Amino acid sequence: MAESSKVDKGRRKFFIQILQGLGLAALGGSIWGGYVAEAKHDEIVLRPPGAVPEEEFIRKCIKCGLCVEACKNRENNPDETKQTATLRLAAPGDHRPKEEGKYIYPKEVPVGTPYFVPREIPCYMCEDIPCVPPCPTGALDPELVSSVKDGKKVLDINKARMGVAVVDAENCIAYWGLQCDACYRACPLIDEAIKLELRRNPRTGRHAFLLPVVYPDVCTGCGLCELACVTEKPAIFVLPRNIALGRVGKHYVKGWEKQDEQRLKGSKGIQKTITPKSEKSPEEYLNVEDLLDEE
Amino acid sequence: MKNNILYKHRFLIGRRIVQISILLLYIAGNIYGWKILQGNLSSSKILDVIPMADPYAVLQLFVAGSLLATDVLIGALIVLLFYSLIGGRAFCSWVCPINMVTDFANWLRMKTGLHREEWQLRISRKTRYWVLGLSLVVSFIIAAPAFEFISPISMLHRGLIFGMGFGWVAVGGVFLFDLFVTKNGWCGHVCPLGGFYSLITKPSAIRVKHDADKCTLCMNCKNVCPEKQVLWMIGKESVIVSSGECINCGRCIEVCNDDALNFSFRYKPQKEEKEDA
Ligand code: SF4
Ligand code: SF4
Ligand code: SF4
Ligand code: SF4
Ligand code: SF4
Repeated sequence: MAESSKVDKGRRKFFIQILQGLGLAALGGSIWGGYVAEAKHDEIVLRPPGAVPEEEFIRKCIKCGLCVEACKNRENNPDETKQTATLRLAAPGDHRPKEEGKYIYPKEVPVGTPYFVPREIPCYMCEDIPCVPPCPTGALDPELVSSVKDGKKVLDINKARMGVAVVDAENCIAYWGLQCDACYRACPLIDEAIKLELRRNPRTGRHAFLLPVVYPDVCTGCGLCELACVTEKPAIFVLPRNIALGRVGKHYVKGWEKQDEQRLKGSKGIQKTITPKSEKSPEEYLNVEDLLDEE
Repeated sequence: MKNNILYKHRFLIGRRIVQISILLLYIAGNIYGWKILQGNLSSSKILDVIPMADPYAVLQLFVAGSLLATDVLIGALIVLLFYSLIGGRAFCSWVCPINMVTDFANWLRMKTGLHREEWQLRISRKTRYWVLGLSLVVSFIIAAPAFEFISPISMLHRGLIFGMGFGWVAVGGVFLFDLFVTKNGWCGHVCPLGGFYSLITKPSAIRVKHDADKCTLCMNCKNVCPEKQVLWMIGKESVIVSSGECINCGRCIEVCNDDALNFSFRYKPQKEEKEDA
């Protein structure tokens, strides 16, 4: 009997220890998990060319910095003596507001991952994209920056979609009627990614606005325009595409595009809600009812 | 010659030379674009050809749910095979930069008399396996490589190459932990990478071998060994240190005045080698 109670005690102690272990693990795990969830989440961060979507990028990037090294040692590095690499590897606490209120910055870049700050050093859109092929994990995917030329697949930096430039019409001095085309001239895809739109200036009546307009389907998000902008805090700046761009939804069909019209094939039409008013056709309703006589 | 101070510290000197040269080659790889070693300990390339990757980091990425490119998988395999079949847990003592930090903390601890058995917080050496398991669970849940976000090893190594930021905080934490809380606290008890290597390096060929006939039971080796549980055979049996937890640092060999310990190559045909598998 004494024997068995001893065993029991031993066993109880064993289970308690296991439970304590599990409890500690759960506590540690949830703090840890919470921290990582916090640290990995920052949407306003610009990734190198060819980066897969952010969620997947965080899962894949092993934080080796091979892309950063390739960028630093690229041939068209404008000034080899200084730290002029576009890409940097985020150190812990790499908060971006270096000067409060000057740039829009994320709160923290997930530690160890590559990013760039266009207003400091933009991406120079190297034609051979040296940063992409060294990536060992596929976090930077050459497929995303390749196009087919003469039947061969070649790297094509113009397909990069690091972000998209957005113009703040309130603070862009061109919208004031002043002459400025700094961003327009800085763009490597001048007249494609960014165009100048002429509009009459009603204030003077005799001058033209020369307004920079970005074409998001062409813009790579390199940030050369952001660097060039003359205003104190840039009036044109690059944002991640999922933040800057809207989404229309699938139900709009562009009637003026043959291809889009195709989507209507096989459609049963739209089910309408019938109300007493909508029973009549619009013409009928507009003509019959005395709309002006509200009494 | 045998009592020459350099000879007495031959492995220590060797380890520091290896650790620092590796670091310098990585730094030169970043700054000057040297091709000898590029990247960092998470993943790198030797001479622009041979990939290497941290198998534990790759495991975390895998658990986090990514399909990885072959480069990093081959790299992880190369490293995995090297340590598990040849080098043992040598990563910890010959490569890892945190080793210099914790060795320094340990040295200070001994020199300043901070080290008293009764002041130690007792932590199980098994903790590292819990942390290892936990890191995989958290990686899975959070869909991101969990330990890689908080690893002081990567922070220090990456920091020295690419810029430190607040990485000092984590490294300082490890230093203080080892100095004030537990002797060999981080590397010997907590670090999941060390735990990972302990698990996979059991079969490795390079091993410390004990010769019980020469041993005079001075126990210098046990005092100096950061993983003293692996030296259970001292004075008892002439066998190799077969535990994966031995970091192949060679400290026990340096400190032994009776030549009872030496590095050996396990698979060399030998007359009477008993192994405890
Ligand atoms: S394409 Fe941009 S990010 Fe890539 S190496 Fe060139 S400058 Fe750096
Ligand atoms: S090369 Fe790839 S894995 Fe390495 S830091 Fe850059 S994106 Fe991450
Ligand atoms: S508009 Fe700006 S971000 Fe877009 S491609 Fe031109 S310079 Fe680069
Ligand atoms: S450089 Fe700046 S201020 Fe000038 S036109 Fe472009 S966005 Fe406007
Ligand atoms: S047994 Fe010797 S080589 Fe192994 S960890 Fe201990 S001191 Fe280092």
